[in-house]
Amino acid sequence: MLGRPRELACQEVVELISDYLEDALSTRDRRRLEHHLAGCPHCSAYLAQMRETLRLAGRLTPEDLSPEMTEEFSEIFRRWSTERD
Amino acid sequence: MSWIKLRPSRPRDRSQRADEDLHLLKRLQSGDEEAFITLVNRHHDSMLRLARTFVHSHALAEEIVQDTWVGALRGIDRFEGRSSLRTWLLAILVNRARTTGVREARSVPIADTEPAVDAARFNSAGAWSAPPEQWVEDVEDRLGAVQFGGLIRSTLEQMPERQRAVVMLRDVDGLQSDEVCKVLELSAANERVLLHRGRSRLRQALEDTIGGVENHAR
Repeated sequence: MLGRPRELACQEVVELISDYLEDALSTRDRRRLEHHLAGCPHCSAYLAQMRETLRLAGRLTPEDLSPEMTEEFSEIFRRWSTERD
Repeated sequence: MSWIKLRPSRPRDRSQRADEDLHLLKRLQSGDEEAFITLVNRHHDSMLRLARTFVHSHALAEEIVQDTWVGALRGIDRFEGRSSLRTWLLAILVNRARTTGVREARSVPIADTEPAVDAARFNSAGAWSAPPEQWVEDVEDRLGAVQFGGLIRSTLEQMPERQRAVVMLRDVDGLQSDEVCKVLELSAANERVLLHRGRSRLRQALEDTIGGVENHAR
């Protein structure tokens, strides 16, 4: 029978956070991580910071194409249309 | 290349975006120029940012994007929809970028021993000695949208190329991990290592800046 898994240290937890968010940890490691998080406000704050970082990164929005670039792409389209016909 | 603005919320649902792409693609296949320009606009920033992980020059990156579209248009009738249009385009772009031979993103080693958090912030037992501050609730109040856009951009630009490519595709563009692996020809394990390092840097950059804002206000 397997013994009780060793407790994770905070320094190990921060290295597992991204895999945790990617749902890439084994069931055993996920349980160990969640057990640690339940009793550690600092690592819970770290996880919340990481989630917030990803939320903000996902909200970055691109700028529209410049008129010059749009014209260049129109030209690419017209050449393709001609080739295609 | 700038991402100063912030969307009010998460981008629309991925499947909705993919459906819109397919609708535009059908219009493009029937010769609709406006649909083409709309598609170019929707994917331009992702493509340009990915191209910049292969070449230093912005002008050369723009050429790679244009070249990608020339290739995509020529093969557009062969697109079978087995991957999303975005994944298909980005995979073409990576192939084109590699043939330019200016800089090979693959040359950046994946093995990276940089810790997620400075080891000095833990005691000898590995517990926090300098724990993270609680700033999640008011991050947007403390850091305006303009400053945030600049911060993310400069942090991304300091990352090694492949790390930057993975973080941009996964966290900024919102591709699934398997799509990121396909586009960049990475194993799932390597993708996660690069993602972890990149995300850790982004979080640290936010913490450094927000901490600075708070100290400054005191």
